[in-house]
Amino acid sequence: MFSIPDVLIQGWVLQLSPELASRAQFGWTISVHIIFASLSVGLAPFIVYFTWKDVRTDDERFTRLRSFWVKVFAAGFVMGTVTGIPMSFQFGTNFPQFAEVAGELIGGPLAFEAKMAFFLEAVFLGILLFGQERVSDRTYIFSSVLVGVGAWLSAFWILIVNAWMQTPQGFEMITRNGMEVAKLTDPLAAFFTPRMPWMYVHMVNASVISVALLVAGVSSYIVWKKRDATAWNTALKLAVIILLVTAPLQAVHGDAYGRHVADTQPQKFATMEAHYETGTADLHLLAFPKSFDAITDPKAETLFTVSLPGVGSFLATGGDFDAEVLGLNEYEENPPVAMVFWSFRFMVGLGFLFIGLALWGGYLIYNGRLSESNRFLKTMIAASPLGYAALLTGWYVTEIGRQPWVIQGELRTSEAVSSTLTGREATLTLVGFVVIYIGLILVALHVVRWLVEDELRELGVNVSDDDRWYGPVPKVSDDD
Amino acid sequence: MTELVLLVDAYLVDALPEIWFGAVMFALAMYIILDGFDFGIGMLYAARNNEHEKETFLTAFGPVWDANEVWVVAFGTMLLAAFPRVYSRVLADHYLLALGFVLALLFRGLGPEMREQRDDERWKRYWDYSFIGGSFLAPLLFGTLAGRWIFDAPTLSLPVLLTGVGLVTVSVATGAAFLTAKTRPRLASDLRTYGIIATLAYLIGVVALLTTVVVTDAGGAAETVLSLPVGAIVVLSVVAGGGGSVLALRGKYRAWLVSALGLPALLSLLVALLLYPNIYPPTGLTVREAVVSPLALNLVTILGFPALLLVLWYFKFLYGVFSGPIEGEGYKN
Repeated sequence: MFSIPDVLIQGWVLQLSPELASRAQFGWTISVHIIFASLSVGLAPFIVYFTWKDVRTDDERFTRLRSFWVKVFAAGFVMGTVTGIPMSFQFGTNFPQFAEVAGELIGGPLAFEAKMAFFLEAVFLGILLFGQERVSDRTYIFSSVLVGVGAWLSAFWILIVNAWMQTPQGFEMITRNGMEVAKLTDPLAAFFTPRMPWMYVHMVNASVISVALLVAGVSSYIVWKKRDATAWNTALKLAVIILLVTAPLQAVHGDAYGRHVADTQPQKFATMEAHYETGTADLHLLAFPKSFDAITDPKAETLFTVSLPGVGSFLATGGDFDAEVLGLNEYEENPPVAMVFWSFRFMVGLGFLFIGLALWGGYLIYNGRLSESNRFLKTMIAASPLGYAALLTGWYVTEIGRQPWVIQGELRTSEAVSSTLTGREATLTLVGFVVIYIGLILVALHVVRWLVEDELRELGVNVSDDDRWYGPVPKVSDDD
Repeated sequence: MTELVLLVDAYLVDALPEIWFGAVMFALAMYIILDGFDFGIGMLYAARNNEHEKETFLTAFGPVWDANEVWVVAFGTMLLAAFPRVYSRVLADHYLLALGFVLALLFRGLGPEMREQRDDERWKRYWDYSFIGGSFLAPLLFGTLAGRWIFDAPTLSLPVLLTGVGLVTVSVATGAAFLTAKTRPRLASDLRTYGIIATLAYLIGVVALLTTVVVTDAGGAAETVLSLPVGAIVVLSVVAGGGGSVLALRGKYRAWLVSALGLPALLSLLVALLLYPNIYPPTGLTVREAVVSPLALNLVTILGFPALLLVLWYFKFLYGVFSGPIEGEGYKN
């Protein structure tokens, strides 16, 4: 996948090439950021609904739910902010040629994201968290709506940038200050690229599904501990109903999206199916590696597959079983096939699992036994992080599948990496980000756990209070 | 049709590249004014041991810091949108400084928010360190980065270090003024001393910096420094700093805040004057040479400027909601 000179090990010192380290760093930092960013997007409609119900009906259930989920939203937003700012700098620090070549195309949307979306979310979240006593009910509800609008607009502008990188248009290449750069010629075409609507719907819906699973998991845990927690029964039911709509929608939409990818990025489509020989493509419904090699280099002959002959062609073209699908052997350089092939299977598999869970929950609601089935509650608890697993692997298909290009067909990732960056600097910051972000995730998990435990205590459930901070003891002065 | 052609082939107004240089510098000014006092709160927090006083500081900080911090994103992305070469080169040429700065921001932001998640002495203590350390390092690294940008000198050179330290001291000064306007008089008299010392340190720093620049001709800026506008900025800074200190001593805290916030605003103006007509000395490019094509710039103007006005309006709203001194339990409900 990567050539040997990319990795240099001298004694205990590991040094990666600037390109490999930059890619790993961007991939890692965005993976962590995307969890918190999509948490904001997915949780926003829940927050608006709970706030509206709480203020309008004075129903104690919604006061509980609003207060709990606003706390989660606030913690997630802070994590999203502190992990998002490194993202907006890394275009310059690690991929300056990309930023310069694409500046006219991506600079506008990124600036609009800051000015129209990020500010909106940050300002009105301040009011949502601290201002209930200081503003009218109407302004308070409106603030929750604006926070949500901010999150969704944020995704809109960011995905305009990413969709343009997949299906670039609306520009021409010119020479400026001795460098080939893209000059904006048609703003509408550049903003509303063919990929944009597909990506936006798929991403926002994935965010809602992930949050619905999280809400369902947390609710199930609390209901499992205390059956008559009415607020949490309501939340569980709401989450299942939302899943019943969004999970099947994602599958139907994803199917059409795949066809669009086959049209616009045939190389990525071939990578998703590990389709090497040009010709009719089979669809591998299930694939199991027969040997270790198949994990790192999946090919038809090393996989045990349950396949539908010709259905790959059928999907790619929307109806023709014999259609020719371009194979990977046609290209000079291909993306890392294994990562894309397995990520894609993982995502699709989880997508179908979510539909199954939604149907199971729907059936239990129909029978009025939603909070009684221990098996269902436990399954939902286990499934609570899986939405994010699917979202991340889907994102890997999109981004890794575009390699070796950073702007499809225009600029290679290797040409975008900073020429002044040394392997030592890049490796140092990569290690720094890995260590700090792992700490960040652990903190985030603890915060959620504590919020849940506080909620249980308020509901009168006995929760052991023995978990203290077990880190090394800092010096504590006596005058506190 | 004529209008459309105009939009594509020519800037909306002839001075649009210069206006955008001004707009980027305006975003920089907003950032070092607003997040500057956040940093100041964080550094002054180090001198507090009383839990109630700490809570008061965090109450002043809580509702606004996140929105304030977004100005650095606005600054960076506006720079990218109008001057992509400058955005790319400045960040790539100062790799460790830039990423060190964002990591300092990370620790600064997480500190207060995570601190309140758990009522545990040790847990709180660690996040206090995170808050204080981040609040000190972020302006130091950002100022150092700005110094290298303007003067094209190594990190360990006098002009660059003075820029870093200057941003730290001016942040302490505005932070003290902001907190004083927000807290009870007992706390205020204490903060006043810190504020005045920081103001004096800042003024000495600016004069030392400009003197160094004249002597060494760092970044070829010596001539600019000896010009009338820079002289006017120095005089105005001394008036704002000195006058602010007098106002502080007389207990006119709101007026002190206004004059203290004038210091970082004047500092940004100074940065703009030192750079112009160049925009990043190592590239040798002027504002006009580095700017994007007319269509792209017109577009970000038409869509971006109304958005910017709207942002300013809702900042006014935010600060209106959380105006006045903090009393009792503060803003929380």
